[in-house]
Amino acid sequence: MRVRVLYFGVLKELFACPSEDVEVETGCNVGALRKVFHGRMPHTAWKSMAIAVNQEYAGDEVLLHEGDEVALLPPVSGGAPGNVPWKKIILPSPRTV
Amino acid sequence: MQIAIVREVIDAGSITAALKAGADGAVCVFDGIVRDNTRGRRTLYLDYEAYEEMALNQMRNLAEEAIAKFGVRDIAVVHRLGRLYVGESSVLIAVASAHRGAAFEACRWLIDTLKKTVPIWKKEQFEDGAVWADGEPFPEEIVRG
Repeated sequence: MRVRVLYFGVLKELFACPSEDVEVETGCNVGALRKVFHGRMPHTAWKSMAIAVNQEYAGDEVLLHEGDEVALLPPVSGGAPGNVPWKKIILPSPRTV
Repeated sequence: MQIAIVREVIDAGSITAALKAGADGAVCVFDGIVRDNTRGRRTLYLDYEAYEEMALNQMRNLAEEAIAKFGVRDIAVVHRLGRLYVGESSVLIAVASAHRGAAFEACRWLIDTLKKTVPIWKKEQFEDGAVWADGEPFPEEIVRG
């Protein structure tokens, strides 16, 4: 079966696309999908990743279904800049405005 | 409740004015603005992006939870996306309540929780490169990996 995987923040740049259709086995849960993606990205980006299924945060035990929208979410950082550590992912060059 | 994600300037004055009612004794406002540096490194601008539908749902849920938890009367939560320059407001939270204590507490809880759970990210552009801000780790109940 197929699920649509959405990437946000640093992941969108790592995978160079906002989303992909991914073929998974029937009975696949969030934990299994997490393992698949774990191998595809650098450890730093994976730390404290959350997964949402159909726009709800989902634990590893949640089963996936055909057509589900699965979002891989790096730690969120909305609001005003806070006094928090910055991820050491330096992107190649400043984009010209 | 006013819950919104916008791409234009957040008008703090009109949002706050619209929230006020006769029963209120206090309106507590948190206005999150873009700072000109991070640890001394000069910031040019921030680019905000969101998982928009989910972010809106989360913001709505947080506001409802805050009303129940702190007994405040009404809440506005407005977040801006896109490119923001130094001094511009990225998020505005306004809490109206009969008494100031609950308004302060609800406002603080809302911004702290928003920053941990609402799917919004920002990339900071410095003079010599860009980084995705590493937010606070997700609460345990969200990440069970």
